[in-house]
Amino acid sequence: MSFQCEMFDPSVVHGQSCGCGSHAVSSNSGEARLGEVVRSAVLRAAFPQAAHRRALLKSLGAATLGAALSQFFPLEMATALAADAPGPLEKPKLKVGFIPITCASPIIMAQPMGFYAKYGLDVEVIKTAGWAVVRDKSLNHEYDASHMLSPMPFAISLGLGSVQQDWQIPAIENINGQAIVLSNALKDRRDPKTWKGLRFGSPFDFSMHNYLLRYYLAEAGLDPDTDVQIRVIPPPEMVANLRAGNIDGFLGPDPVNQRAVFDGLGFIHILSRDIWDGHPCCSFSTSKAFIAENPNTFLALSRAIIDATGYANKAENRKEIADAIAPANYLNQPPIVVEQALTGVFADGLGNVIQQKLRAGFDPFPWESFGVWILTQMQRWGQLKGEVDYAAVAKSVLLATDARTQMEGLGLVAPASNSKTFVVMGKTFDPSKPAEYLASFPIRRS
Amino acid sequence: MMQGRHPNWAAPILSAVILVLFLAAWQLAVHDTSPTAGMDPEYAKLMGAAANTGKSAIPTPWDVAVKLWEAVRHPFYDHGPNDKGLGIQLGYSLLRVLLGFGLAAIVAIPAGFLIGMSPLAGAALNPFIQVLKPVSPLAWMPLALYTIKDSNISAIFVIFICAIWPMLMNTAFGVAGVRREWLNVARTLEVSAWRRAIHVILPAAAPTIFTGMRISIGIAWLVIVAAEMLVGGTGIGYFVWNQWNNLSLADIMLGILLIGLVGMALDRLLGLAASAVTWRE
Repeated sequence: MSFQCEMFDPSVVHGQSCGCGSHAVSSNSGEARLGEVVRSAVLRAAFPQAAHRRALLKSLGAATLGAALSQFFPLEMATALAADAPGPLEKPKLKVGFIPITCASPIIMAQPMGFYAKYGLDVEVIKTAGWAVVRDKSLNHEYDASHMLSPMPFAISLGLGSVQQDWQIPAIENINGQAIVLSNALKDRRDPKTWKGLRFGSPFDFSMHNYLLRYYLAEAGLDPDTDVQIRVIPPPEMVANLRAGNIDGFLGPDPVNQRAVFDGLGFIHILSRDIWDGHPCCSFSTSKAFIAENPNTFLALSRAIIDATGYANKAENRKEIADAIAPANYLNQPPIVVEQALTGVFADGLGNVIQQKLRAGFDPFPWESFGVWILTQMQRWGQLKGEVDYAAVAKSVLLATDARTQMEGLGLVAPASNSKTFVVMGKTFDPSKPAEYLASFPIRRS
Repeated sequence: MMQGRHPNWAAPILSAVILVLFLAAWQLAVHDTSPTAGMDPEYAKLMGAAANTGKSAIPTPWDVAVKLWEAVRHPFYDHGPNDKGLGIQLGYSLLRVLLGFGLAAIVAIPAGFLIGMSPLAGAALNPFIQVLKPVSPLAWMPLALYTIKDSNISAIFVIFICAIWPMLMNTAFGVAGVRREWLNVARTLEVSAWRRAIHVILPAAAPTIFTGMRISIGIAWLVIVAAEMLVGGTGIGYFVWNQWNNLSLADIMLGILLIGLVGMALDRLLGLAASAVTWRE
């Protein structure tokens, strides 16, 4: 970061955008900027005379001076303390969109359970009919931020099936929590190799559901584009379509899966954690423009979301959350259905009560390797063509470094690295070798 | 049909009989069956009534009546942006319909006059009208959302675009069909074009124009429900969609009933207006 900004000039009001324009708020700057603000404040306190301070800066350089200061002043702690007060909110009244599914639990519950209010925000959470409408209302800035499927901010940032706008993910919402549900008529056809000709529902083309379903089918030797039909059906309409016989099954979000069981229409074939344990599903996302224009509001908002997500991850809070988000204003589902999806004690539709505590999880950390995997699948199914700088795109969309700062500030355990390897259906994914990974699949479009 | 007049009370009595028969058939058709034996009680607790008792998912008339009574008792409750009373939802829908319909009338009636009075304009615009008229209003929605960039205005635009055609066609038809003699009289008396339009053509064409408006408001009311199901947020269409999520058929039937009643009321209002301007020779 350069010094044209006069970061250490006492005339500049810190805590707001620095005004030079060149680095108003860049993608990963939240943490870095906060650190600088605190460092400059300490510097000002230690050397109150501006001329003296500038001379020192000039001769030693900011980094050296900062390092020297940190010897006798706990800069880290001061930064953490400052993190509790993000400065005046540019826009305290916000609109946040959501689709009525448990993936959005933290975003939804933050309203009735007071997480937004705790950070000084007055947020209206608006129920939306489908992902295309979420995308359009977000792009139109009718929503300040929104619940989105994790691949959507990538599609929007890359201009795939959308106008190009820079979109970012300050926090992942949930991991696992999806399932393949089949109609009762398929109780004796559990082997996916026998599924040729079936019709499946998926919530959106740019969804983890679509990629996981395709992955699962392709592992069984079926080409998801020619051997079966995959139809886009918004989650709220999946159960009605299963009942009507429009589809034979779906890889859907909860509580839709559990609702199909609850109404005696279908059964849970597998949970999505059986495909990839710990996969991301939905994200909390907003535009880069919103972050640039409202840095303090964004900070408060992402803290509220990360705080709520951390709370949602604790098993003992799940029942309370189910009761908070089941009413008509939010999910509009019977509480018992939401509770089964969140607690992992559930009827499977085949007469068994299953205990699987890891059915749904909430982990805000936006691993950059998740993004790299999503990009490989976008390429695999022909959504994304040509050369891709996997790491750069993942880094620009997923704000992992910022999320770590916020998580640590809130006392949550954040991982030390921004990337990790993981296993999908027995195959290890190494984020440093995406092209090799892509090439290893026999069934692919590119 | 038999020849002859029927007494005044016969039709209402027959309507009531049909209603009672319909409700009775409905009640019988969805009568509860006995619980399925042999389900593990722990498992049964996690399942819905439809799965563990074999209860029909279709509500009884009584279920719908209970919902109706609740809605009538609390029409204007507000439990947050996604859960408002039916009175408020109907209000939003009516407001959208009236705005879209009003804008359509402002455009369609003058344009219809122009087309009706000028055969050249009529012939030139006809191909466009013929292509645009049969487009399903909801097909406009993605385009509207993309270009207008506001879901509320997009819904109003969709009402506008579907309400405009019947009014336009009927106005043009009514204006073109004004009797030659009357126009000739006006010409003999040397009245200005403006006076001729207001005092001769408008009254003569008014019944046809109102018929067009009546068709338009009917279509607008049909479309608003579909549009609100698509964009969500508020309105009676959103209410039906929200209850569809929850597969709450009793609420959906309540929605259907209210949509029908309001649609009938709108139609009657324009019908009354039309009969006020109808002339007889």
